[in-house]
Amino acid sequence: MSTLAPSPPSTPSPPRARLAAGWTRAWSGRRRWPLVSIAGATLAAALVLLPLAFLVVQAQKSGLGEVRHLLLRHSVAVLLWNTIRLALACTVLCALLGVAAAWCVERTTLPARRLWAVALVLPLGVPDFVVGFGWVSIDPALHGYLAAVMIMTLALYPLVYLPVASALANLDAGLEEAARSLGLGPWRTFWRVTLRQIRPAVLGGCLLVTLGLLAEYGAFEIVQYQTFTVAIFTEFKLGFDTVAACVLSLVLVALSIAALGGELTLTGRARSSRPAGPGARRVAPRVALGRLAAPVLAGLGALSGLALGVPLGSLVYWMARGSSTTLPSASILAAAGHTAAYSAAAAALATLLAVPVSALAMRHRNRVTVLIERLAYLPMALPGLVVALGLVSFSVRYAFSLYQSALELIVAYAILFLPLAVVGVRSAMGQSSARLEEVGRSLGARPSAVWRRVTLPLIAPGLGAAFALVFISAATELTATLLLHPTGVNTLATQFWAYTSELSYGAAAPYAALMVAISAVPAYLLSRRMSTLANTGRAA
Amino acid sequence: MNRGKLPLLGAVLASCTLALSACGSSTHGGSAITVYNGQHEQTTAALVAAFERQTGIKVNVRTGDEAELGNQILQEGSSSPADVFYTENTPVLEALREKGLLAPVASSTLAAVPSRYDSEQGDWVGVSARVSVLVYNTSQIKPAELPGSILELAGPKWKGRVGFAPSETDFQPLITAIVRLDGLATAERWLKGLQANSKTYPDNETVVAQVNNGESAVGLINHYYWFRLRAEIGAGAMHSALHYYAPGSPGDLVNVSGAAILKSSPHRAAAQKFLAFLVSRTGQETIAHSHSYEYPLRPGVAPAPGLRPFAELQPAPLTPAELGDGAMALALEQKLGLL
Repeated sequence: MSTLAPSPPSTPSPPRARLAAGWTRAWSGRRRWPLVSIAGATLAAALVLLPLAFLVVQAQKSGLGEVRHLLLRHSVAVLLWNTIRLALACTVLCALLGVAAAWCVERTTLPARRLWAVALVLPLGVPDFVVGFGWVSIDPALHGYLAAVMIMTLALYPLVYLPVASALANLDAGLEEAARSLGLGPWRTFWRVTLRQIRPAVLGGCLLVTLGLLAEYGAFEIVQYQTFTVAIFTEFKLGFDTVAACVLSLVLVALSIAALGGELTLTGRARSSRPAGPGARRVAPRVALGRLAAPVLAGLGALSGLALGVPLGSLVYWMARGSSTTLPSASILAAAGHTAAYSAAAAALATLLAVPVSALAMRHRNRVTVLIERLAYLPMALPGLVVALGLVSFSVRYAFSLYQSALELIVAYAILFLPLAVVGVRSAMGQSSARLEEVGRSLGARPSAVWRRVTLPLIAPGLGAAFALVFISAATELTATLLLHPTGVNTLATQFWAYTSELSYGAAAPYAALMVAISAVPAYLLSRRMSTLANTGRAA
Repeated sequence: MNRGKLPLLGAVLASCTLALSACGSSTHGGSAITVYNGQHEQTTAALVAAFERQTGIKVNVRTGDEAELGNQILQEGSSSPADVFYTENTPVLEALREKGLLAPVASSTLAAVPSRYDSEQGDWVGVSARVSVLVYNTSQIKPAELPGSILELAGPKWKGRVGFAPSETDFQPLITAIVRLDGLATAERWLKGLQANSKTYPDNETVVAQVNNGESAVGLINHYYWFRLRAEIGAGAMHSALHYYAPGSPGDLVNVSGAAILKSSPHRAAAQKFLAFLVSRTGQETIAHSHSYEYPLRPGVAPAPGLRPFAELQPAPLTPAELGDGAMALALEQKLGLL
């Protein structure tokens, strides 16, 4: 508990009193504006707690003996180790790839930057099944740990790339210039100044990769690499044992709490080194690539070729070969409309919820606000099936009129992908200086005006990154969609799944292609916004 | 507000409007029935269309993974919006029956198909069937080399040549059958040998595709995956064929697709009509003529052309009820680290 506090109180007080004090501090005193934030953050916390409550209620039904039998198995230990070593290796590789790619796109004179900015995000919009099929067609013998590390890294590096790219676009170059003028070389400036400024974005992205991999089933689907989620799915899908599945899922919660604590310790340090930036942001000059242009282009080309080209290649192959190929009809357009509408609504909702969660944690930091922010990450580490069944269980009891409605599906997406939104918003909040808001207030502006005219423009790139990440992830989501979608409404993901499960790959391919195309829209809008930002040098 | 933010904001507003309009379009008809469908979507769509034409009863279909739908029904309990659950396999129906969630099926419906393919308690009816077979790559394997029994695939001769999907619901009945016919020790020995000889795949669709590509020489599947692959890529691209195990041997199994009525259904009469339709001559012919390549279970209805006639099959003498909910097979697979 004490790791959650930025500055532990000098005299120990009972936890409940400390929590109460946190609340009081959060909404009283000079800065009254967070009342809206508190309401929003409370709603976010309540939504996130729904699936967790489901897990705990179910797991409680098992006896100690059963828990021991479930957890103390040789196979469980092996699966846990598989999960942990996959998560560690992929997180490190995603961090390297994501930061390097983002730096090349946002800080160098790379040709066709706008194109790269979209292509580098798109692997997130390709369904696992397509990725798997692409790789199996290239090398059917591909399996095991190294294959899983490679394929999952290629699938997940956008989770680091996007927040980091948006942080780099929003960067104040004044500090780098100061560092250079004080005699620091380019590399040391990068390590000691640039990286520090983007650290919340890097660490946030890494957190998403780690948590996402804890709940990952794709590695198994793609290269038969067995992770802990395989044990959970076995209990659900072959044993129909909800209790056992929930007991096992709690292990994932425990693991993610460890990851969340670790990241908090690291960002805690980053926060303290956050500079109180000047009012006028200076545009970062782009580094001329010169003779390095060719190798950098080759590197990015290889990355996109592997991460995006391989799966798209299998789609082209299906369309060319499959006899079930049909021309896109009205139904595919309707499915695309539903996917776009649900994903955009979910992205808007998740981003809206992420703002108060991040704002409180960054601007009104205390035990409660940090706890809520940490809670908001937990759904990332839960299999989609757990979150969806939690919502089923809750809504049939307490909100039956919402059951299997569009609203419920949108809320489910927002819960599942809230962590993605929080990372985007949080890193932008960390970059924008709280001092500017204080200046606004001292000049007599109302809190709402400060929010609209100072904070919002400063964090806009982060909001865009949050929206794009959630939108793309929701567009390919399948499990919660199948359980919660309104009866009679199809989405691209459900139709793609229906066709592939009948081996009608030719008919399935256009649905997957449209999923990727739809995901390109927010990625494109975001890249346009970021290049405007980088060129004008103004945050608004 | 600057120009750069407008498109994003516009997108958000437009999407919210769209999503809300989508809210309004969901249907919860009063006289209609809702079918949770774990069967292949196209076959069910054909059946539903014929049923609606014949009876005028509207059917809402929710298609999903049968195991996930089963878990969903477990959570919904007595509030389930589902009236009928139509599945590809019977273990999930057995699991719901054990929890007391199914209502009895009308005896006339049960009588339409051979009783060995129905629930012993009369809580679900068998609708169609698949046969477990071996698919082999015709350029790697000569017909003379093919095994009579599935048990032979655990032998050293097959090292590195077998493919199967241990997490598919079709696989556990094979293990259970060996346990029933030859005992637990034989089943465990067989599974160990198979594991050592095999490459595992995520699903049967991949197994049949990889045997056809020559990645594995033989694969454990149900017959219809091969016919569907042929329908998709054309007979000219098929480099594989089907082999039926020796009649009555443990690999020679019939897997049944079934349907049940939820105890919580307020529309039981309409639901009974739907089940009766599934096993009626019209319903069974619809299945035979769809691209599912499953065997209709009603006597006298011919399967799709090209399939070995159902009457010629002499599967192992085990009923779906005897194959149970697969718990024993699951425990064995977990013990050996296959799951």
